[in-house]
Amino acid sequence: MTGLLEAQEISVRYGSLAALDGVDLRIHDGQRHALIGPNGAGKTTLLNVLGGSTRPQRGTVRFDGRDVGRLGPAARARRGINRIHQRPAVFPTLTATENVVVAALPRVVPRRRWWPGGRRRAAQRTAGPLLDQMGLTAVAAVPAGHLAHGQRRQLEIAMALAGRPRLLLLDEPAAGLSAIEVGRLVELLQALPRAVAVLLVEHRLDLVYALSDTVTVLRDGQTLAAGTPDEIRTSPLVRQAYADGVA
Amino acid sequence: MRGEVIRRVRGGIAALVLVGLVVAPWVVDDYTTAILSRTLALALVGVSVALLTGVAGMPTLGQTAPYAAGAYACAVVGSRVSDVGVVQLAVAAAAGALLAALTVPLVVHARGVIVLMITLAIGELVVIVLGRWRSVTGGTDGLAGIPAVRPFWGLPALADDQARYLYALVVVATLVGAVLVLLRTRAGLVLRAGRDDETRLRASGHRVALHLSGAHIAAGAIAGAAGSLLVVAQQYISPADFGFDTSALLLLGVVIGGTASVGGALVGAALVIAVRDWLFGVLPGHAPLVLGALFVATVYLLPTGVNRARGRLRPPGAPALQPDQPALHEQATVAELHR
Repeated sequence: MTGLLEAQEISVRYGSLAALDGVDLRIHDGQRHALIGPNGAGKTTLLNVLGGSTRPQRGTVRFDGRDVGRLGPAARARRGINRIHQRPAVFPTLTATENVVVAALPRVVPRRRWWPGGRRRAAQRTAGPLLDQMGLTAVAAVPAGHLAHGQRRQLEIAMALAGRPRLLLLDEPAAGLSAIEVGRLVELLQALPRAVAVLLVEHRLDLVYALSDTVTVLRDGQTLAAGTPDEIRTSPLVRQAYADGVA
Repeated sequence: MRGEVIRRVRGGIAALVLVGLVVAPWVVDDYTTAILSRTLALALVGVSVALLTGVAGMPTLGQTAPYAAGAYACAVVGSRVSDVGVVQLAVAAAAGALLAALTVPLVVHARGVIVLMITLAIGELVVIVLGRWRSVTGGTDGLAGIPAVRPFWGLPALADDQARYLYALVVVATLVGAVLVLLRTRAGLVLRAGRDDETRLRASGHRVALHLSGAHIAAGAIAGAAGSLLVVAQQYISPADFGFDTSALLLLGVVIGGTASVGGALVGAALVIAVRDWLFGVLPGHAPLVLGALFVATVYLLPTGVNRARGRLRPPGAPALQPDQPALHEQATVAELHR
């Protein structure tokens, strides 16, 4: 069975350090896939490779059957690979609504393609429901730079969804959030449309087990194990890796 | 509420300034009217600098290049082909846009101080070419005796300073209005987003280089059109009109006005040029020194421009920015010059 995203034999080296060494990853449509591992395992590097901001020295990345290895982040976003960053990346001087409109513009389909302003109006129509879904309607007109950290994270998710993604790359989305905000984040991520596949990088294993149906464990740039959350939770190899105190 | 009041006050001030500009030629003498016409042309170049520096995040010292291209194209067309204003304006804007398009590969992938250096070099190269291409530009002597312009076919030529000033005012008002409309469109929104975080914009799927190229060419067209107004105002041009001091003064004016504010850039550039012309009379030979000191003082005391100076007066401990502050997202800071 062909996956939505297939990465094969991905290798990235920084000098003598092998950040990734022949890693394979396959994600299917609608799958909730988590990537875990100790610090320095290569999780973020793999996200960078899949998102297009890092080019591997070896290996191929195919998305929806096409080789996207030579494409940058913008071209991959237009094909449906969107990313949520470890630190919420928003446009601080634009309002929350404008942030979502900007994110929606590349993939929005206007009702009348050649009508002046049609694309922006279509993006504007996308923004309202997304902000509402994220609980940000009350701050829709507030510049994103004034929002609290948790609200920025919610805004970034709204922006990612506005880009009509088929694959969402989440890089430690719970970083810096309070317990209440993490609870809200879990609800939001569980409510994501099933058509959207998710690759989640997260240190908090409770979140990983709550949100994913498949888990890949990396260690020292190589795949240590892969399986369902239950299989990973009971795997002696994974237990050993985390017991080594490097997580 | 406070934002609404500030917006109304701003609107009132803008209306007063516009009325003042319209009645000015009947209040001041012909010499001052001629200076005002030249100042309008330079203020329009200032708007193009603000579009690049404040809105697109590409600080520039090279807008005198498309300004010169537009002026010389207009002068050549005015002397040999047509004395119709709209024709000259279109040719000048096209020349400015063409020069900007040719320099896109040099500018659009650089950032911050490097853009300043590249654009400065382009501006200086253009001045050198103008000085040496004698058969077309008249060399360092420039082009003189350019016929008076007629705004449209069938209308009389603009024979006096008053008429030329009002022509320049109408053109500047029209083009500034067009820029303000442009900034409210999708293109304006995307440019402001790119100024905030270019990497984020790219990650959303936008072709950042394409947007910046469009802004660079549009700014070139505006500066080119401004060159046409200079020709109308002076009926004479030479490479001295487009030197480094003009670039630096324009950037100073835009910084004073607030880099991302079109109105602020217009007022700032006009103010600086007016002060320069006034200082030439009061302190002969020392005007550049005073303007240099003014530049340093502005960057130190008003790093966000006069438009944002009120933000520095907030009480200690108050948040840096308030959500209800108007036009917050329209403002950029001088920090962009250092990006």
